[in-house]
Amino acid sequence: MAAPVVEAEARAANRPPVRERKNGRFSVHFAHYKWLYLLLLPGVVYFAVFRYGPMYGVSIAFKDYVPFLGVNGSPWVGVQNFTDFFANPDFPRLLGNTLILAFLNLGIAFPLTIVLALLLNEVRLSVLKRTVQTLVYIPHFLSWTIVASLSFLLFALDIGPLFQFLNNVMGTNIDFLSDPAWFRPLIVLQDIWKNTGWGTIIFLAALATVDQDQYEAAIIDGAGRFRRVWHITLPAIRSTIIVMLILAIGQMLNTGFEQIYLMTNALNREVADVFDTYVYFVGITQGAYSYSTAVGLFKSLVGIVLIFGTNWLAKRFNQSGLF
Amino acid sequence: MKIHNTRGGRVFDAVNYVFLALIGIITLLPFVYVFAGSFATEAEITRRAFFVWPEQFTLGSYEYIFATPAFTRALVTTILVTAVGTLVQLAFTVTMAYPLAKKSLRGRNVILSLVVFAMVFSGGMIPTFLLVKDLGLLNSYWALILPAAINPFSLIIIKNFFQELPAELEESAKMDGATEIGILWRILLPLSKPVLATFALFYAVGIWNDFMSPLLYLSDNSKWTLQMYLRQVTAASDLLGTGNVDPNYIPPEQGIKFAVIVVATLPILIFYPFLQKHFAKGMLIGSVKG
Repeated sequence: MAAPVVEAEARAANRPPVRERKNGRFSVHFAHYKWLYLLLLPGVVYFAVFRYGPMYGVSIAFKDYVPFLGVNGSPWVGVQNFTDFFANPDFPRLLGNTLILAFLNLGIAFPLTIVLALLLNEVRLSVLKRTVQTLVYIPHFLSWTIVASLSFLLFALDIGPLFQFLNNVMGTNIDFLSDPAWFRPLIVLQDIWKNTGWGTIIFLAALATVDQDQYEAAIIDGAGRFRRVWHITLPAIRSTIIVMLILAIGQMLNTGFEQIYLMTNALNREVADVFDTYVYFVGITQGAYSYSTAVGLFKSLVGIVLIFGTNWLAKRFNQSGLF
Repeated sequence: MKIHNTRGGRVFDAVNYVFLALIGIITLLPFVYVFAGSFATEAEITRRAFFVWPEQFTLGSYEYIFATPAFTRALVTTILVTAVGTLVQLAFTVTMAYPLAKKSLRGRNVILSLVVFAMVFSGGMIPTFLLVKDLGLLNSYWALILPAAINPFSLIIIKNFFQELPAELEESAKMDGATEIGILWRILLPLSKPVLATFALFYAVGIWNDFMSPLLYLSDNSKWTLQMYLRQVTAASDLLGTGNVDPNYIPPEQGIKFAVIVVATLPILIFYPFLQKHFAKGMLIGSVKG
């Protein structure tokens, strides 16, 4: 139906059917599609200004940015900002803090997501399954400000419910919010509360596609619950797990600016500072724009290397990668 | 298929059910506590370690915050920014997605690759901040809306949705003399109402929850949004020295904090059922390579 209409329309306008001709003159093409190009304009301007503009601005990582000279006028300094950063004692500390949080996340929160998905998958009482899912997805939609505020109330010195409970159990008197030793456990706890439930969605979707006949055959062969999970369920969702792992590793250095920033205070800075918050403190509050842009660029580049690296590794070990 | 259930299997089921029910309850407990606390007296909050129902019911905390100009201003500001921002984001996304859904449009592939590249690599915090500053948008509410006007993922999902609508609809409208813009407005938009409603909800939640943009772009605290206000109220005493809390600010009573958290959370909880209806599906569409 489409082709005759175009032809009829083209004949009426006494011009060739432009749609069919990829190599026709652009002016003809443009005249025909002018309204579409007009609609496209705001989006293209948006991407040019707010997405590609900052990418151009990244050039100040190699300059000594002076506000009144602007991005173009500021003098080039080569890789000075990067060498300054690598020589700075902050660098090993930031790298350590970031990596420790990333590994805690990969080692605790990531497997917990899979375990929760497997447990939910074993539930045959659909009312219970749906209710639990509804509840555990909620925190994902709350802001980090709310999560941080809830933490401040629950662990409030002397009066917070968790402050009292945990200190009673351990026989201590710890201020969890300012004690540097408790910064990481708190961050991981927040991560688990906020995102574990949400993370199960993708695994539950993968679990729903597992061939039910295999379970039947395994039951006939006498396989119990755990052996069925181990030999059928887990291998079936292996590629999903690998893809999610690659994505998580690619995101390793993105510790989540808002969460860390909100939980940082004067007493725990030593363990709390990560690349993202460092860029903010040095760049925005101290005005070292070029230096902090270099730190941010370094982080992005390492992230890209990580994601391609893990993808390559996954393929080497004969697993399906991400791309 | 009837699953043969052994005794061990039944024990596992029972333990699993109880465990999952506990997980659900634990997830919910912080809300219940804060909700109950917002209606409790200061004395009760200090005295009782944990409760899910106040002994003495009072609206004092709410009366206090709604009589505080800084709070009401932040609340009204956030509602307005969320409403305008959602409309702007929808308008930008839809107008860009519709032309990109036309396979015969020249330049389409170039633009699509540039969009995909923008998903992978971004300029980062400082270059974006300097751009917003150079555009004169510091301390303007547009700084909360424009830099995030189009989410590339949403753009591609909506583009794919338009692409899958039957082409006959458009062709017949064209025969009746409709322009491209007329087709988009009168045919495609009504057809995609449910999809756009879903994206509108996600956009709205994103703007409502945004903390980083106001932190970066609104230094004038009379312009603060609810998330900024919430942080000031709940964190003042714990965050001396990070340079973003007014040092002259006196932290309020606990009950006030509870009430502000409830107000900031309530809209999300109210819209959550509508969100939940769509998100699992939306997320799966998003995971398909576009």
